[in-house]
Amino acid sequence: MIRASSHAYFCLQWVCGAAFLMLLCVSAGQRVHAAEQLVSFDTPEQEALYKSLLVEYRCLKCQNQNLAGSNADLAADLKREIHLQVLDGKTKPDIDEYLVSRYGEFVLYRPRFNTVTALLWIGPFLLLAGGIVGIVVMARRNARRRAAEESQGGVAAGALHDGSISSAELERAKKLLE
Amino acid sequence: MILKLLPLVLFLALAGFLAKGLTLDPGELPSALIDKPAPAFELPTFAPEGEPFKPEDMVGKVWLLNVWASWCGPCIQEHPIITDLAETGVVPVVGLNYKDGANESTAWLNRFGNPFEAVLADREGRVGIDWGVYGVPETFIIDKAGRVRYKHVGPLSQEDVEQTLQPIIDELLDVPS
Repeated sequence: MIRASSHAYFCLQWVCGAAFLMLLCVSAGQRVHAAEQLVSFDTPEQEALYKSLLVEYRCLKCQNQNLAGSNADLAADLKREIHLQVLDGKTKPDIDEYLVSRYGEFVLYRPRFNTVTALLWIGPFLLLAGGIVGIVVMARRNARRRAAEESQGGVAAGALHDGSISSAELERAKKLLE
Repeated sequence: MILKLLPLVLFLALAGFLAKGLTLDPGELPSALIDKPAPAFELPTFAPEGEPFKPEDMVGKVWLLNVWASWCGPCIQEHPIITDLAETGVVPVVGLNYKDGANESTAWLNRFGNPFEAVLADREGRVGIDWGVYGVPETFIIDKAGRVRYKHVGPLSQEDVEQTLQPIIDELLDVPS
């Protein structure tokens, strides 16, 4: 009896020890992963620029993520390249151009404004303007049509929606109710 | 009358766009290099080892650059088709071995065959970045003047070669050197 329970106690200790070791490994792994991302700069401005750039560029492999959030190999390569360029003193427009000339405007989360992207930027406003114009034209046409009907007696297109009844309609109603 | 048909017309137009969209791959990026000079580089060659390769060595010829790696599954799928195309002798096919180990890539070529005029070692993937490579495999067609004229993303099928690549290659071959 005593031997069995001490055996059980030993097993419990072993399992706890193994679990603790595994947790240690997992957290150590995360530290290594964090270490991969440590990059050094000459000035705090460079570091700030680097950090701001990483969220501006799309990861082309995992296209719903930016470079900052992506674990893809290509993202790591591009981050390394951007790091080197920032150290070299390049500015955001320089690095934008570097990436766009290789991957197209799609790599920028905020595309630049040029002949290629003009429609992308202005398009929604054009559609909105078109819609407003369309509504105004149709409203005016309806108002004009209703005004014309009213002056002709109003029965042809149905009753006026202001609750009043025209004399012609009154006549018709009387006839129907006889 | 025409105005009443307008919503229907607009709907049909929208349906047309959406239907076309169903056949497209939203993740596919058009190349930013089309009609631009092929990005310059110099890379060591292997399998077999030889002189370093530069794209300017190929000026005057129409050629293909096939980006591949031993860790890429679809590359195995397209390799017989690449091999057939290279063996016709119509265009040289240069292989860009992208972010791969020397041993693994050589073993891969020994196993699946080596149809490449030259095999380039882009170990870090830096040349790949210059060419706008974002996945493997990809295939570029470069014309006699050294400009990139077409990029195919993903593995090539027999259909792709016959219906898309071959006409472009034929057209580019007709241009005087």
